[in-house]
Amino acid sequence: MLTFATLFAVFCFAFGLLFNLWRIARGPSNADRILALDTMVINVIALLVLYGIYESTAVYYEASMLVAMVGFVSTVAYCRFVLRGDIIE
Amino acid sequence: MEFLIEALIAFFLVIAGVFGLVGSFGLVKLEDTMQRLHAPTKATTVGVGGVLIASMLYFALIKESLSFHELLITIFLFLTAPVSAHFIAKTYIQSRVREKELPETQSPYGWAVYDDSPSHPEDDGPQDD
Repeated sequence: MLTFATLFAVFCFAFGLLFNLWRIARGPSNADRILALDTMVINVIALLVLYGIYESTAVYYEASMLVAMVGFVSTVAYCRFVLRGDIIE
Repeated sequence: MEFLIEALIAFFLVIAGVFGLVGSFGLVKLEDTMQRLHAPTKATTVGVGGVLIASMLYFALIKESLSFHELLITIFLFLTAPVSAHFIAKTYIQSRVREKELPETQSPYGWAVYDDSPSHPEDDGPQDD
């Protein structure tokens, strides 16, 4: 049962990644693309944690924590670059 | 008992998957950028929270090794999601919304995107005198 539930969740988040890719390709403004990239990072974190459950190892937490931090910093950096034309003024 | 624990974890996993899918589908379906901002920042964050709760229950109850890494990730995500959403909204306002279309701020200063910072009056911001 647990395996099926994990596979269902993986399926959902993988489809979410496809939707995000569509929005990145289509997005009319820069804000849409940044938003889709941010959502992709969140979905990838979920996929990493799900893979940890599936393999029943605790090795993937560090990876997902790093992905979370890098994703937040890159979102803020991209937004600041679009807003001010510079990241650190 | 084992079955009940597995059912609980599977319930959290399915809920998380549905929320994640709804959040990403909202990114495709909603029409305006400001509407689109709602779906991923709320639904997807709840989805990841569900996955992390399920992972915590799994490792605590089945593998019997309680760890707080998941709690760290959850707190970090729930703290940073509003900040990045605010930044994305600011980016959108700066690139697509004119200053005249925005409502009044009811304060001596205008919208932060178009106005100078209140802490630096020498930057030609609005003065009180």
